[in-house]
Amino acid sequence: MTAEKKKIHPYKFTLWVAMGSMLMMFAGFTSAYIVKRNQANWQGFDLPSIFAYGTVVILLSSVTMQLAVKNIRSRNMQAYRQLLLVTAILGIAFLAMQWTGFIQLNERGIRLIGQGSNVSGSFLAVIAGMHMLHVAGGIVALVWMLRNALFSKTRNYSAVPAEVAAQYWHFVDLLWIYLFVFLQFVS
Amino acid sequence: MSELVLNPTVAHGAHETAHHDHHEQGFVSKYIFSMDHKTISKQFLITGIVWAIIGGLFSVFFRLQLGYPESTFPWLEDILGRWAEGGRIKQEFYYALVTMHGTVLVFFVLTAGLSGTFSNLLIPLQIGARDMASPMLNMLSYWFFFGASIVMISSLFIQTGPFSGGWTAYPPLSAVGDMSPGSKLGVDLWITAMALFVVSSLLGSLNYIATILNMRTKGMSMTRLPLTIWAFFFTAVLGVLSFPVLFSGFILLLFDRNLGTSFYLSEIYVQSTQTALPNEGGSAILYQHLFWFLGHPEVYIILLPAMGMASEIMSTNARKPIFGYMAMVGSMFAIAILAFLVWAHHMFVTGLNPFLGAFFVLLTLLIAVPSAIKVFNWLTTIWRGNIRFTPAMLFALGFVSLFISGGLTGIFLGNSALDIHLHDTYFVIAHFHIVMGVASFFGMFAGVYHWFPKMFGRFMNNTLGYIHFWGTLICAYVIFWPMHYEGLAGMPRRYYDYSQWQSFKQFGELNELITIAAIISFLLQLVFVFNFFYSIFKGRKMLVQNPWESNTLEWTTPINAGHGNWPGEIPEVHRWAYDYGKDGVDFIPQTEPVGKDESTHH
Ligand code: HEM
Ligand SMILES: [Cu+2]
Repeated sequence: MTAEKKKIHPYKFTLWVAMGSMLMMFAGFTSAYIVKRNQANWQGFDLPSIFAYGTVVILLSSVTMQLAVKNIRSRNMQAYRQLLLVTAILGIAFLAMQWTGFIQLNERGIRLIGQGSNVSGSFLAVIAGMHMLHVAGGIVALVWMLRNALFSKTRNYSAVPAEVAAQYWHFVDLLWIYLFVFLQFVS
Repeated sequence: MSELVLNPTVAHGAHETAHHDHHEQGFVSKYIFSMDHKTISKQFLITGIVWAIIGGLFSVFFRLQLGYPESTFPWLEDILGRWAEGGRIKQEFYYALVTMHGTVLVFFVLTAGLSGTFSNLLIPLQIGARDMASPMLNMLSYWFFFGASIVMISSLFIQTGPFSGGWTAYPPLSAVGDMSPGSKLGVDLWITAMALFVVSSLLGSLNYIATILNMRTKGMSMTRLPLTIWAFFFTAVLGVLSFPVLFSGFILLLFDRNLGTSFYLSEIYVQSTQTALPNEGGSAILYQHLFWFLGHPEVYIILLPAMGMASEIMSTNARKPIFGYMAMVGSMFAIAILAFLVWAHHMFVTGLNPFLGAFFVLLTLLIAVPSAIKVFNWLTTIWRGNIRFTPAMLFALGFVSLFISGGLTGIFLGNSALDIHLHDTYFVIAHFHIVMGVASFFGMFAGVYHWFPKMFGRFMNNTLGYIHFWGTLICAYVIFWPMHYEGLAGMPRRYYDYSQWQSFKQFGELNELITIAAIISFLLQLVFVFNFFYSIFKGRKMLVQNPWESNTLEWTTPINAGHGNWPGEIPEVHRWAYDYGKDGVDFIPQTEPVGKDESTHH
């Protein structure tokens, strides 16, 4: 019977499809990048190492997120809340590090936008910037869940929201790793 | 235990309770912020109708200019004010009208109005579900569309006028504000509206996919789905994968407009301000790639729902099973795949490498194969059928006629060698208006006439329906057929006044004829609009549940179904949707268990 065979939760399924959609947007950016790179007037540059450190941070945050899911499954609310908080903080740290990377490039004389900018820098701004917006969206979700877990009125022991959030969080994490490797080796 | 609880996909969330107390709902939650897919579908339809009137009226305005370039119409000034000073449409406004006409009809009417209406109405009803996977997202989808509409409308009323660079919004006209009045605030509003539109479309499509794959009733395997649902499914998949790419193109455009980047701009000198722009290294062609990667799938996003509905309506009204069900599904699948591989046929003359162009020619012409299969199957479906010529059936037949006429000219355009001559001429205008514009409108009309009783519990008037059909069909061919000749003679699209060219003077009277037909066809659509709204309140009442004697599940719901669709359990499905005239029985609904001595069943 159809209803019993389907194990995947509809929200998770919808998120999978949405992930495909988000991936297509970044595929749009990266293929435009490849097209432009092969044309004249392309100035390649090295990424500051802070982008690599940021990658480690966001990887770490995926681990803490997964631990949070594990803890809510075993109803360990205290640890769950702490891990959510840590994940959100790591996320904010990631955003700060990306921003610092932009500033460092600017100091090296590589303009990302405005007068004197080169397409290569602008692409970094757009690609990393759009990714940052996706991370920021995830952070908002984490804060919202933290709020729900803190107040008894809204407290809920269902693991589904945490699992959906984790699915998204791992997605933006893997997405960044793809983008980072892409920017590192294709530029 | 009801199906509602059995089915885990609806067993949680607050909306479950809403099923049971819908009679206590207030006006706002019932008609405005409704989460009932049937209400949302009506919202999409009525918004779409309003947009179609606006978009159609725009075409009447610019057709007046094209048909009577020498005349003035003082009443135009009364309506349009300074945009038509002295009764003649100003050049800038002419371009704005053309742009808005295209944008509105392609996106707001034939995407949101068509898919939004019928995916919403039919998916839950025909697969046997109480509502969408997420009624909340569904409601948001409509309100994002509404927001997009407000922003787009507001751009009509600003000082510098709406965007005027064509519905494809190519840079630099869309990227540099100094290019023209319509390149100023109008573009920002256009992009904002389109961004909201993309969000609306994505939310909708996500929901359609999740619902079709997860929420089918017992016995409704994928191969028992009506072809309408398959069509909506492929439409949603195309949307989910192609709209984000358009979105990425828009983001780069926004950066170029507002943040001084050079993705699309390079070495540009602006006449109006006598300045050279500092941008270097950009490429306007890049935008075209990103745009057409959506743009081509988009034309099938518009066409597939019409194909699905025409299939369903033709089978029902020919009292015959659809011919080649699996071939129909297979060709829609092939069309969906190929839709992603042919975008460069819009770019043959952009300096595309001819070697690369050859591949795009091949892939483009391959689309003719699944298209021909579908046409063949439609024709064999009605072959020797016991046809009931309802207005819906007529529109479905008209759809097939238009799809054939317009598809054939696609084969001309798909050959890059011919396209060098035909690109950006009226031949292209004729091609896509017939195959996409009018054909999909016919699919939509067929759907409205056919499912109107399900939506409003009343019938539309048949006589007005027949007038609407024959009038529109004749006008459509009178408008677009001559355009092929104009295009073959090299008449370019998007010009303001052709009487200035010696070589196009010969078309003066033809252009007049086209304009007259366009005006008549616009008035005929008002007949439809009148019929639609009049019938909502005064139409003949629907007295039986299944007026068309159709097999699909939507006709097993009560005449005025509440939220949740079936008062009791959701019916179980035992067969495919097309058992018409089987074993001498006129029709066997999907809910009918297979009899003992029935011939092999599907
Ligand atoms: C056998 C099938 C078809 C072939 C080979 C084909 C081929 C083409 C080609 C090569 C062009 C580009 C012409 C140019 O700009 O120079 C074109 C334009 C277009 N086609 Fe088709 N087409 C086919 C069917 C369709 C269908 C089914 C639709 C819509 C449902 C459609 C919608 C359009 C639109 C909207 C444009 C023009 C867009 C614009 O430039 O504004 N075509 N077609
Ligand atoms: Cu195309």
